[in-house]
Amino acid sequence: MDVALILKVWFFFAEAALVTVEISALACLLGLAMGFLGALGKLSSYKVLHYPARVYVSAFRGTPCLIQLFVIYFGGPQIGLNLEPFAAGVLGLGLNIGAYMSESIRGGIIAVNEGQWDAARALGLRYMPTMRKVILPQAARLMIRPLGINTVALIKGSALVSAISVVELTYTAHRFISSTYKPFEMFTLSAFFYLVIITVVTRGINALDRRYAIGA
Amino acid sequence: MGLNFSQLPEYAGLMAIGAFWTIMLTVVSGVVSVAVGTVMAMARLSSRRIITAPVSAFMWLFMGTPLLLQLYFIYFGLVEIGIDLNAFTAGVIALSVHFAVYNADVIRAAIAALDPGQYEGARAVGLSYFQAMRLVVIPQALRSVAPALGNNMIALLKESSLVSIIGVMELTLSAQKAISETYRPFEFYIAAGVIYYILNAGLEYLLARIERKTALTR
Repeated sequence: MDVALILKVWFFFAEAALVTVEISALACLLGLAMGFLGALGKLSSYKVLHYPARVYVSAFRGTPCLIQLFVIYFGGPQIGLNLEPFAAGVLGLGLNIGAYMSESIRGGIIAVNEGQWDAARALGLRYMPTMRKVILPQAARLMIRPLGINTVALIKGSALVSAISVVELTYTAHRFISSTYKPFEMFTLSAFFYLVIITVVTRGINALDRRYAIGA
Repeated sequence: MGLNFSQLPEYAGLMAIGAFWTIMLTVVSGVVSVAVGTVMAMARLSSRRIITAPVSAFMWLFMGTPLLLQLYFIYFGLVEIGIDLNAFTAGVIALSVHFAVYNADVIRAAIAALDPGQYEGARAVGLSYFQAMRLVVIPQALRSVAPALGNNMIALLKESSLVSIIGVMELTLSAQKAISETYRPFEFYIAAGVIYYILNAGLEYLLARIERKTALTR
């Protein structure tokens, strides 16, 4: 293990780790937004909302994330969508994880007892107030764990944006492996940063889950 | 530059070859990952720390890092210690090991959840540890994890697209080859996406059938 080399290059990895965190955080926000739209759409009885949501979830869960990134980044300009690698990465990762998150969110919503809907109706609440004040607060606690699993998958999946030349952790590892010929050191460095990020996020999710879980 | 799908039929053969190799990669890596995952799960449940500690560390490392990083390491990195793999082998190893870890995680949970009386009973009638595992414990555990393993296989099919990055011939690389000749990325990546979608639907159908056949009816 070449410690001197690690001490010399670790800063590049730390900076790249920040890019990984940044792109994952932005994609996570987009994913949550798309996830809510997808879930509400799939649960809707209006066909104009239901079918587009179903197609979205099915298409993005049924194809590889890498292909989705390539369509957006390389194919985008053909349909007038010229994006920087970073923006294309956020869009691709966000749309992809949004499809998975939509299933987690939908699962949480349908797990809430149907009597809650009836009761809210009986009290005179319309759909949106019922959703916002009665259903979602109860469903949210059920969503913490599945959405957390989605988020951890997203962080690991963010490595794919290195293929559209976003300079993040995996890109940096690859670059340093080919320039220093020290794969073990470079792998160890980048793995260290990934493990730190994922451990922190996992701890955070566990804490949230314990704080808000019902019973158990 | 607009869209023009008229060049797709010309490259249908190339895409079909790519789809074939994607299926091969998924099947080979899938089988290896379940086999290796089962062994890892058994090792993880061993009563000896000298066996469990390294296996746990290995699983933690591979579950906490991206597949792409592991792929780079196996393909570009192992050369350093004299292991020069061709791209296909490196791809199969990376996919197999990555998914073996995830499979091991669910199989371990299933073995642990199994009534210990099954193992004790098997030992009591005179089976050795390996016979008890092979004939009694693992068949029951695998049956209860069929849905979870199926999900991992579906993920594997999609993640196999990553090996195109190190130059393994499969569906994504087929699309890239067609694009390098036609300069039509949108059309060919969408076409590849459609083929992945169909393969994915086929795999889901197959897994649902296997699940029905192996389901425990009580």
